[in-house]
Amino acid sequence: MAVKFRKDLFADERDDSLAEIGRPTIRQDIQGHVTGRSPFYDDRHFDGLLHVRCVRSPHHHARIRSIDSSRAEAMPGVVRLIRPRDVPRNLNTLLSLIGFGRDDEPLLAERKVAYVGEPVLAVIATSAAAAETAAAAVTVDWEVLPHVLDVEEALGPGAPVVNDEYPNNSFDYHDRYDHQKLRFGDAESAFAAADRIVEGEYQMSPIEQAPLETCGAIAAPETGGRIACYTATQALFFSIGVTGKLLEIPSSRLHFIGGTVGGGFGGKVDSHHEPVAVLGAMLTGRPVKYMWDRAEEMQVGGPRGGERWRIRDGVMRDGRITARAFTGFFDAGAYTRLSSYAVQKATGHLPGPYTIPNVASNVYCVYTNRTPSTAMRGFGITAVDFAIECQMDRVAEAVGMDPIELRILNAYRDGDMKAHRRSAKNCALIESCQVAAEKAGWRLSAEAMAQSSRIGGGTGWRGEIPETVTDDEGRIGERRRSGLAPEPFSGAGARGRVAAGAASDHPATGNAPQREDMVAEAARLGFRIDSGAPQPAARPAAPALAASGDEPRAPAAAAAPALPPGHALPAPPPAQPRREPDADGPAAQVRPGVRRPGVSPFISGSRRR
Amino acid sequence: MSGTPVTFTLNGAAAGGFADPGGNLLDLLRRGVGDRTPKYGCGQGSCGACTVLVDGAPRLACITLAESVAGRDVRTAAGLGDGAGLGALQQAFVDHFAAQCGYCTPGMLMAATALLERDPNPSRDAVVDAIGGNICRCTGYEPIVEAILAAARGAREAR
Amino acid sequence: MPRVETYATAAEAVRALGPGARFLGGGSLVMIDVNHGALGVERIVRTTDPALRGIRVESDRITLGAHATMAEVAGARDLAFLAPAALAVGGPAVRNAATVGGNLFAPHPYGDFAVALLALGATVHVADGQERPLDEFLDERSGLVTSVSFRRPDGGAFRFRKVRRVRPAGASVMCMAALLNRSAGRLSNVCVAYGGMAARPVRARAAETALEGVPLDRGGVRPALERAVEGLDPPTDALASSWYRRETAPVQLRRLLLGEDRG
Repeated sequence: MAVKFRKDLFADERDDSLAEIGRPTIRQDIQGHVTGRSPFYDDRHFDGLLHVRCVRSPHHHARIRSIDSSRAEAMPGVVRLIRPRDVPRNLNTLLSLIGFGRDDEPLLAERKVAYVGEPVLAVIATSAAAAETAAAAVTVDWEVLPHVLDVEEALGPGAPVVNDEYPNNSFDYHDRYDHQKLRFGDAESAFAAADRIVEGEYQMSPIEQAPLETCGAIAAPETGGRIACYTATQALFFSIGVTGKLLEIPSSRLHFIGGTVGGGFGGKVDSHHEPVAVLGAMLTGRPVKYMWDRAEEMQVGGPRGGERWRIRDGVMRDGRITARAFTGFFDAGAYTRLSSYAVQKATGHLPGPYTIPNVASNVYCVYTNRTPSTAMRGFGITAVDFAIECQMDRVAEAVGMDPIELRILNAYRDGDMKAHRRSAKNCALIESCQVAAEKAGWRLSAEAMAQSSRIGGGTGWRGEIPETVTDDEGRIGERRRSGLAPEPFSGAGARGRVAAGAASDHPATGNAPQREDMVAEAARLGFRIDSGAPQPAARPAAPALAASGDEPRAPAAAAAPALPPGHALPAPPPAQPRREPDADGPAAQVRPGVRRPGVSPFISGSRRR
Repeated sequence: MSGTPVTFTLNGAAAGGFADPGGNLLDLLRRGVGDRTPKYGCGQGSCGACTVLVDGAPRLACITLAESVAGRDVRTAAGLGDGAGLGALQQAFVDHFAAQCGYCTPGMLMAATALLERDPNPSRDAVVDAIGGNICRCTGYEPIVEAILAAARGAREAR
Repeated sequence: MPRVETYATAAEAVRALGPGARFLGGGSLVMIDVNHGALGVERIVRTTDPALRGIRVESDRITLGAHATMAEVAGARDLAFLAPAALAVGGPAVRNAATVGGNLFAPHPYGDFAVALLALGATVHVADGQERPLDEFLDERSGLVTSVSFRRPDGGAFRFRKVRRVRPAGASVMCMAALLNRSAGRLSNVCVAYGGMAARPVRARAAETALEGVPLDRGGVRPALERAVEGLDPPTDALASSWYRRETAPVQLRRLLLGEDRG
């Protein structure tokens, strides 16, 4: 299929002497694929291979009173069981590898289960059928507990506690809040001044990854105490890290072989199979395969999490959106996995590609007794984008405007200030709308066709950081005690103010921080801020944060910095290693987007030169 | 473990192995014979990753009783090459970017092979129907359909 | 692991069947259970009896061997009217395995071909020489089926329609078949069958009654559409809710009856 480029757009900003883009290329792995010889993990065969099947919970939520596995152990072909106590460190959270969140998920549940299909015991046998038969012969004495499957019910007072590590059924953000906050401008006042208020609620169900190759791994002992592991993982070093942590062995003992993945989409980052297979190989001294069958893949494979979003817009008669508030719920299922990060990704995406001077959002990572959700193709973005674009159509209807022209009117233009206090660059929504309308034969007004992302942006209010109203609501545990509504500014609590800030185009630091605690930690950014960076000079005097006193923060187990209200931490790239500020000496002072050995030039930087 | 001996023709050569009691053809091919080109995707005949040809007709190896192919002609993607290199259909898949993760590819190739042998001049609808039982979860169906149509075109032009 | 017993004749196979055994036809149903350790019995019984194969088309009666595959039915000369129902089953590879006899045992939402046979008023012949109307057979679904037979429908009288969410080979949200016999320009002795609307293929009795004696046009069929799901409680599953099936069945029935060829 030929790719067509609109080279008339942004022609002066683009280098067209490209060697690869726009030209057909042959994948390096295609020869293996068309001959059926690409080495998927299940294509590795071993003499004496053992197979694993797990005993799984039939309940959404239950305590384990006792387990009787005597009948299973005596069955033909059964080699041994893996019990929770066989796992040296039976608690993990995926993002602990980058210091985000607390360990909350066992490899095998010991005391209670929190979703249907949660494994409590693994059976190792000489065939998959023998393992399955034996697993079915294990009897568990369950004490069934009340369960909760809806995100908003889970946040309410009296909801059963899904995840003991987060007893409020929501992830703790910055050791202070039960949600990720975003505050920009004064949404409340802007709603009061708006001509129309347009509200909408949008929901996306969980989506199954359903890779054609089911998740799994084969581990086999090597010499010198090393274990080889052939795996379907999408994130090889992630899986090594998780395995090393759970089994308390150094990664130097783990020889992981991957890279051929029969469909991932995000779901093959969860790293459950590798530790089970490796532990099985260590316990038996034999090669062990842990491979989900199709039914397991569909029942317990981590889906894209369900999301619910409410959007409230303040709109002027001419179609300008002057205020937008979001209330978002991300259904993590029973354990965190990557959902905490999905919420931050979503927050970083608000309010969509539109210039709105007053934005507020509360987004929750909620625990329910559903299958834990995980990464999947743009997770954190997909559902809220769906919500935002449906909402734009509703706004257009409410003000009687063409929906595409409404988007063009509100679209980011170069130089506009985003809700994250960075100015918008490389904007192209207006042009995309114009081209899409043209292709669809949709007539736009001459005025709409004349607009450009490069004209009129950043002028006046469009380029300023407004004075921002903050609040201190939704501290950890508060909602469960008081039944506080989830929407931004719900409580009667006091408001604070952050003074207006100055805009800057500095590529590394963006705008001067308005407060000391908004200063980005260089160590977390992955690049050095050079001496030319604007200093947070003329720092506005710490505005009177009329919050109800400074509660002592929860003991900071995690490394995430505690941030005050009014500031959203940009989501840290998950795989980016922490850099010490002085690691490479003064000669290594670089700007993002500049080539540096070992660092992808695509990590950051601007597309346009 | 004792099994039922099953002998058959595999990609033109005599082959055989021991089938587990009630075992399926997919296990016999992958473990008994060592041909790993057919893939396990579902074990219930829903995905097509294990598609092979039995006496020229596409069959799902995972729901085919292994001993039922005794004495019959079985073909898999391992037999698709033209000896030294790729077969024409395989080359068309390469040229049209018709594989993403590659897991469905052997099954797709076998379903397409059966079609082209039966109907060298298939319509687009016939191609879509022929791979209708084969799931590509990467959803790369368009390039696959294009590749099969191109292979048919190439064969016509070569005649 | 179950033991497989293969018999040369259906008569031997039927003697070998019993509480501890299950009959294997084309494999597309039974092998799934075998693969997942869910067979529940120790023995699999199969037969290579050639008498079970084959399709016989006589002047006004059609007999389909239990081992005839969907692919064979779809490709049979003189059975073009039945090809859409055979082609509704699975993809090409499934149709090379799935048999006429097996389809009578397919659990919801499968069994599209049995719906067609039900509308055709088929008779089921089992290995002990007995025969039963299909509608009755579906109550228990037991015995070794050797063939099914039915009277050849009048030209254009048979209709089949399958509704699916995934094309071209998805399972049925519902499927419908009808035998629209006519007498003096009006419908008479009509048979309408549904799949996906109950635990087994079922007759739409209320609709059939409402079609008696009416002309086959929009006005004539309207009362039948109103009674399309009378007496039925369609299931909710991953494909569709009970509500959806109830609400859309009249639309699909109209398209079936009037031959409105829409997706």
